[in-house]
Amino acid sequence: MQPKDLMYTRSHEWVRVNGGKAIVGITDHAQAELGDVVYVELPKVGAVLSKGDVFGTVESVKTVSDLLAPVSGEIVQVNEKLPDTPEVVNEEPYDSGWMIELNMSKPDELGELMSSEQYESFIEEH
Amino acid sequence: MTYIPNTDSDRKQMMAQIGITDIEELLSDIPGSLKLQRDLNMPAGLSEMELKKLGIETSERNTSCHKYASFLGGGAYDHYIPATVGAVISRSEFYTSYTPYQPEISQGNLQSIFEFQTLVCQLTGMDVANASMYDGATALAEAAMMAAHITGRGNWVVSGCVNPMYLEVMKTYAWASGNHVLLSNRLSLRTDVEDLLSSIDRQTACVVVQNPNFFGSLEQIAEIESAAHEAGALFIMSVNPISLGILKTPGEWNADICVAEGQPLGISMGYGGPLLGLFACKSEYVRHMPGRLVGATKDKENRTGYVLTLQTREQHIRREKATSNICTNEALYALAASVYLCTLGREGLRRVADMCFQKAHYAAKNLAKQTNVEVLSKDPFFHEFVVNCNRSVDEVNAELSEHRMVGGLPLGQFYPEMMGCMLVCLTEKRTKSEIDAFVRVLAK
Repeated sequence: MQPKDLMYTRSHEWVRVNGGKAIVGITDHAQAELGDVVYVELPKVGAVLSKGDVFGTVESVKTVSDLLAPVSGEIVQVNEKLPDTPEVVNEEPYDSGWMIELNMSKPDELGELMSSEQYESFIEEH
Repeated sequence: MTYIPNTDSDRKQMMAQIGITDIEELLSDIPGSLKLQRDLNMPAGLSEMELKKLGIETSERNTSCHKYASFLGGGAYDHYIPATVGAVISRSEFYTSYTPYQPEISQGNLQSIFEFQTLVCQLTGMDVANASMYDGATALAEAAMMAAHITGRGNWVVSGCVNPMYLEVMKTYAWASGNHVLLSNRLSLRTDVEDLLSSIDRQTACVVVQNPNFFGSLEQIAEIESAAHEAGALFIMSVNPISLGILKTPGEWNADICVAEGQPLGISMGYGGPLLGLFACKSEYVRHMPGRLVGATKDKENRTGYVLTLQTREQHIRREKATSNICTNEALYALAASVYLCTLGREGLRRVADMCFQKAHYAAKNLAKQTNVEVLSKDPFFHEFVVNCNRSVDEVNAELSEHRMVGGLPLGQFYPEMMGCMLVCLTEKRTKSEIDAFVRVLAK
């Protein structure tokens, strides 16, 4: 169900690793729980984050949730299309709904993330 | 009739449940030295007839601005309130309702708030206004908080001519939120612009001015606005809504956030409150705006309907992550302001503002001719100005009171160097004979 090539956090972000860079979004499970996403607030390129820092917020008709950095690093790119088309977070959470790209400063932190199987059982338990 | 529905047996049951035998045990953490060691000195109850008599006798010990000519301003103002305001806001559909928490069933209420927001936008020239705040002071502090969230910076650069009571509220908010108020000097009765600009840097979240300022003077807005924006800070204006009948709007000044005390718009002074905070901003900042926001939409049958929108920012949803703790508004007074503005219309508001301005300048001109008082306001001012009485302001005000006049605000309580000075306010209500009588007492 969850893409096998991604890694996952307990706060329902996914990470796609590409060399020293990591692309981050929220999972299909997260978007389904949130309901219709109406706004995504993203950081500026150049912002430096530590693992666990709030890098933005995602607002649905029900609630506003913080987005947490899965790994430490500097923002090299944000998805500029999200402010105008937040619905893609619901429609294609793993593709055009991506949020930020980080230049990882501590790639070792990837080891603390979950595999798709681990995330699958994590959401079944919670 | 008792107003407490719990019976003795209810109480016993509750006490047994939590393991106490006496209500006093709930208060055991309060040291005995702080407790009143006797019963409250409460007189016996009165009949309705007796109570009404007591109420009338007590209220007659007060006077009011219906009986006295008021020259007092400094934040709350004695404007004429058209009869339409009372007629509309005393309708029980409005008078007894609270800010809507089940918005979909309160369409009329929501519509009144939506129209209020529209009027505030038209008045201030801003893109979007909220459903109102508690008062002008908290609206200003919330504006600075909002700027801190938007910019991620912690310094609030504030004109030294902002209402000193508003400054106290701003300092409290800044203290509690880890932000800093950097207050500029004053140059005579205006902001020392050079000093203000010298505090602006890359740590500046916002630059705050009041226009007309606390002394009634008009500030040099253009210079301050451009310096704020060059530094990437937000420019915040606190204004008097009546003055916008003749002055440039905050929208025209390129303010990012505009706040105001809405009391002059058809709301009685009420011994200082409750008041009405107006809050408006540029549309790009709407998601950071505190308070409630009513939007217009269509239902599935394509009929116009009103909804609370962007509620997800509010504390009852975001809890500890909300950026403001206001989840309400001043619905009834927002309606009063709407009725006031609609009664006057554009032309009426312009005329009220013009009368305030003309009467203030007539009073200042005549005071300036007197030898023993000095008009300190040399810069352009709206409807308030400062007079040095060269004697105790309390003494002057006591004499004015004998002539059924309420004198100006003594400024020494805020600025020790202004002992003997009063802030004089003129509204459209003051007549020529009242102004002349006021000048005679001050000139004595």
